[in-house]
Amino acid sequence: MAGAASWSFSENDFKLIQQQLQAFLRESNARCALLVDRTGQLVATVGDPPQFDAASFASLTAADFSANDQLAKMIGEQEFASLVHQGEKESMYLADIAKRVILVVLFDQRTTLGLVKLKGKGAVEQLNKVFAEMFNRVGTGPSASQKGLLEGAEDEIDKLFD
Amino acid sequence: MSMINYASREINCKLVYYGPGLGGKTTNLEHIYGKVAPNTRGKMISLATETERTLFFDFLPVDLGTIRGFKTRFHLYTVPGQVYYNASRKLILKGVDGIVFVADSQIERMEANVESMQNLYDNMSEYGYDLTKIPFVIQYNKRDLPNAAPIKDLQASLNPGWPIDDPAQQKVLPDPAHPGEHLVNRIGGDWIGHASYLEAVAVRGDGVFDTLKAVSKSVLKTLS
Repeated sequence: MAGAASWSFSENDFKLIQQQLQAFLRESNARCALLVDRTGQLVATVGDPPQFDAASFASLTAADFSANDQLAKMIGEQEFASLVHQGEKESMYLADIAKRVILVVLFDQRTTLGLVKLKGKGAVEQLNKVFAEMFNRVGTGPSASQKGLLEGAEDEIDKLFD
Repeated sequence: MSMINYASREINCKLVYYGPGLGGKTTNLEHIYGKVAPNTRGKMISLATETERTLFFDFLPVDLGTIRGFKTRFHLYTVPGQVYYNASRKLILKGVDGIVFVADSQIERMEANVESMQNLYDNMSEYGYDLTKIPFVIQYNKRDLPNAAPIKDLQASLNPGWPIDDPAQQKVLPDPAHPGEHLVNRIGGDWIGHASYLEAVAVRGDGVFDTLKAVSKSVLKTLS
């Protein structure tokens, strides 16, 4: 592999993911769910719009998850498939999806960690399927549509930097 | 790992500033943060120690403009330069699209530069990434200091070149930024490629945007 793998998803994939996350939020009574890819890019947000800088949040989430992955290996575990950060009022539940994406659930006192974990398990299984299918379809390398996206746009790229 | 989001019409790319400790990686990001319009950048996050040494990373998202209706958003990261922090440094490289190596031009830092460059090659290859095949720019920083080594010595140590085996790429490619020099050239019987390089004084901002432009342009061109 020459460089890092790339991926993209279609609007249909996006809608399906959103529907599943919305169903999960209804069942768990959590406030908001975000999907962040392992490199720190925000993929999707569902529920109450976050009141913080989502890009920074996504980069810190990926770093948090990666650091914990390494800690898991050091103590002889393959991974920590999920993490919980519990605050006095606001809490977070993070779970791995298909080894490529992280589900982040923000919740408060309107629900319990137990319910979020229980419903989260189902949502993770569903999302695992969606992402596995998506990666099978487009592969993990740059898809044809992605490669051609900026084809012939050299002039436009040059202009951007003039 | 560039990510194209058709729903929000965004292209997201990840750039990593690598290099030895105290070389000026964070200073590059701070200058960019201070100069770009606030509506085109996000918040700068620094995970640093109390003495302002980078502990995990700095992060700065910047929008560079729109191409074909897609917003081009670059996520700029620095790594901790100190040798001790290799475990966290390696994590930041995951999914990288383009790399800037910020070298410290001071003669006394030559060994630290070489060690950091070797570490970059090692960490990249552990992920299965090939540094000679992804957008890669070297910035020789601190050019204003009296003890700065000559560029040719820095080039010889840090950018000696790599063999080009792909016949399609075996053609002379002049370095547009340095007349008389080449990014790809035939030396003896072998084709040798080099990373492009720039000179900078990051504390004054000299060369900072030129470096960012060089690497981000090269990343976008990999998508074209």
